[in-house]
Amino acid sequence: MLQLIIVLLVFTFGVFFIPGKLKKHTAILLALVQTGAFIFFINQVDLVPQKSAVYSINEWIPQLGLNFEFILDGLSMVFALLVTGIGALVFIFAHAYMKSYSGRTKFFFFLMFFSVAMLGLVLSANLIQLFIFWELTSVLSFFLISFFHEKESARKAALQSFYITGLGGLSLLAGVITLGSIVDSYSINDWLSNAEAIKESSLYFPGLLLILVGVFTKSAQFPFHFWLPGAMQAPAPVSAYLHSATMVKAGVFLLARLFPVLGSTPEWNFIIPLAGVLTMITGSYFALTSTDIKGILAYTTINALGVLVLLLGIGTSESIKAALLFLFIHAFYKATLFMVAGLIEKKTGTREISELGGLIKYMPFTYVIAMLSLLSMAGLPTLLGLLDKELIYEAQVQSPGMGSLILILGVTSNIFMIAISLYFGRKVFLGKPKVWDKTPDEKGWAFLIGPGVLALLSLLLGLSPSNLGNSVIQPAMTAVYLEDVEIKLKLWHGFNQIFFLSLFTIVAGLALYISMIRKKNLLIKWRSINEFIFRIKFEQVFAWLLEKFVVVATAKTKTVQHGYHRYYILTIIAFTSILLWVQYFYTENFGFDTEFTLRPFYVSGLAIIIIAVSIASAVLRSRIVTIIAMGVSGYGIALIFLYYSAIDLAITQILVETLTLVMFMAILQRLPKFAVLSKRRTRIRDFLIALGFGSVMTVLTLKAVNVNLNRPISDFFLQNSYTRAFGENVVNVILVDFRGLDTMGEVTVLALAAIGVYLLLKPEKRKL
Amino acid sequence: MNSTILQIAARYIRWILIAFAIIALYRGHNEPGGGFIGGLMAGLAIVYRGFAFNAFQVKREMKNRPEKYIALGLSFILLSFLPSVLKAETLMTGAWITLPLPFTEGIKLGTPFLFDIGVFFGVIGVTLLFVFSLTQKPQE
Repeated sequence: MLQLIIVLLVFTFGVFFIPGKLKKHTAILLALVQTGAFIFFINQVDLVPQKSAVYSINEWIPQLGLNFEFILDGLSMVFALLVTGIGALVFIFAHAYMKSYSGRTKFFFFLMFFSVAMLGLVLSANLIQLFIFWELTSVLSFFLISFFHEKESARKAALQSFYITGLGGLSLLAGVITLGSIVDSYSINDWLSNAEAIKESSLYFPGLLLILVGVFTKSAQFPFHFWLPGAMQAPAPVSAYLHSATMVKAGVFLLARLFPVLGSTPEWNFIIPLAGVLTMITGSYFALTSTDIKGILAYTTINALGVLVLLLGIGTSESIKAALLFLFIHAFYKATLFMVAGLIEKKTGTREISELGGLIKYMPFTYVIAMLSLLSMAGLPTLLGLLDKELIYEAQVQSPGMGSLILILGVTSNIFMIAISLYFGRKVFLGKPKVWDKTPDEKGWAFLIGPGVLALLSLLLGLSPSNLGNSVIQPAMTAVYLEDVEIKLKLWHGFNQIFFLSLFTIVAGLALYISMIRKKNLLIKWRSINEFIFRIKFEQVFAWLLEKFVVVATAKTKTVQHGYHRYYILTIIAFTSILLWVQYFYTENFGFDTEFTLRPFYVSGLAIIIIAVSIASAVLRSRIVTIIAMGVSGYGIALIFLYYSAIDLAITQILVETLTLVMFMAILQRLPKFAVLSKRRTRIRDFLIALGFGSVMTVLTLKAVNVNLNRPISDFFLQNSYTRAFGENVVNVILVDFRGLDTMGEVTVLALAAIGVYLLLKPEKRKL
Repeated sequence: MNSTILQIAARYIRWILIAFAIIALYRGHNEPGGGFIGGLMAGLAIVYRGFAFNAFQVKREMKNRPEKYIALGLSFILLSFLPSVLKAETLMTGAWITLPLPFTEGIKLGTPFLFDIGVFFGVIGVTLLFVFSLTQKPQE
């Protein structure tokens, strides 16, 4: 599995090395690659056993539980087939769609990279690895939405979706770590075998919430749904691929993946259906009143994602079966519709539904394809859609707890969906043709292949659903529900409650559609009412929050990061001494075990001299004398080192002291005359801080002499210095051998500091 | 500060100091000394000469680009890592060879010495860059 991902990545980066002649066929080549991957997965369909799965592990950082773990079970299979299959079709479509734009290579690179990331995501069996792919899809989505980056709206939309999905991604990581800490592993297998322990842990609820934030942002659930309509700024292939069929389903995928671990608890069965049902109704409601054809599709996508999340939240065998089937169906018809919308936009130059009409005359095939998909979206007979609507109703009837509420909202949202689907087809294709800049046509075979194949497939599968059910849905069901559930997919269930619900939905939907067509004012009035009720838009609130956040952050940063070096130093020193003093009092150990003695007299004499010159250097007002006094104290310390036979240290001290003196002398010439500029109060403050820090360091040194927390490491150095490092000078051996890496770091730091000084002080502009 | 005595003295003392610095560097592994001390001594020697000849010399030293010493030093340090990397040992595991010399036991040379040379040049570069950056006149 890892090999497959690597091969695909190689192809991804190979995009930049395609020779000139083949360059314009990049998309077709990538479509072939996708088809190859698709065939690879199709071949595995029968191999994926009913209960176990293809599993591979490559160690990466096993100490941290990070490994490349891949799993190909029924659930991964469903998504892998969608990602590669629809991927191939979308690339063919993109070949035609992107023809007139520059920067295609970049575009195809991002799109291909995205599909690899998405594939990696659905095949991941390690949750940290899954998170990495998850973030990768967010980042690539950002680049794809902002492809037309000369438009401000595209840039804004890209940033907005990136902020939201990025926020969710961080939350997901936190959630994964929280839950991972319960079982001390990030492998999904370990989570599965310890599902009960995770559910009983006190960390279950916070972990679940964090993961859900990630899921809800990615899958555009209420109240994070608003980024998806914004993302419609992307080119149509991106909308068809990322924002309907694959990326937005990542959240749904994760819910399904984690269902056996985290599902079927009261929290799960309450929060998730609630978010799902709100998203479902929001999506279908706003779809009705949108005017942009891609906007309508985006809102219906939100509706579909709401339905999926709702079904997984309900978590009965029926609902999961319905979710898995709906996942397939939705990907089919929604990718088709987005491609159709892209085609229409391309040929007519507009996306406004009011500027479209009568396209059947110019684009008959497109009409057929679009109608098939729209009927599927509406859930009308003979298509996969209906089958699924019924399953969903069945699931909603069975749902525990909020059953009746969910059912009412579900029926309402389906009525809306039927109305908008029919309205969409009627407005765009039928009626009087409008006038466009150019006459639309269907030229370009690549435009129709993708949507055509998908529409045909959904028709065929709708007529004989049992094949799909047995080969793909059944294993996926096993992977999610962990029990064998018999899947029977058929169109006719007999006259039962579900049948009458469906009938009612269809009749009400048709009625709504007819009234929308007949009374032209209805929709306009509705829109203005909407404008009034939803004056405050989510995206505006979000932008406002972001703006205020930056304002607050700037103000706070300005207080803390004032840019005065002297105050930084002052703060550091003051806080260090306060903390040390507090810790010192806290340990309540005031005594010193050190014996104080004045012998030998030359050491104590040196100490007295050092103290005297130190005081002098603080008090004296001649700079030269001050510097010399500091020099004296430095040399004095070197002599004390010498007395305790630290010769290396003494030599170094003397040399550094000399260098410091020289540098001070050099600078002295430049300084203006000595003058007292600071206030008395400032000097007293500085004196107190210096006194506090000096005394705490003194106390610390005296205490440190008698503290031995562990056996000192110096014995090891002494023993091994000559025998193993061939050096008699232990200090040097430590510097260049035992602790050589530290020395290297120090030399590097010195070098950087020197370069910094050089750049700050260089007299003229000169390249380093 | 243009003292003839100082200038003439500087010419010779500089070489003596540099010779001492190299000795300190070489003997560092067994006796007091080492790359850091040697580097400081050599750096000071060059600084000393620079001061004796004042601004003119400082300018010349800057034209010689002291940062080259730093690059040289860091390269030596990297070079000393190479044997352990090639032998797939823990980084910085020492590798030693003995150069046969008549009348003695031979000279032991190893990667720590290479490392020390790196420190030596690095410290020279840092010292020169510090001092000459600080002392060159702003309107040169």
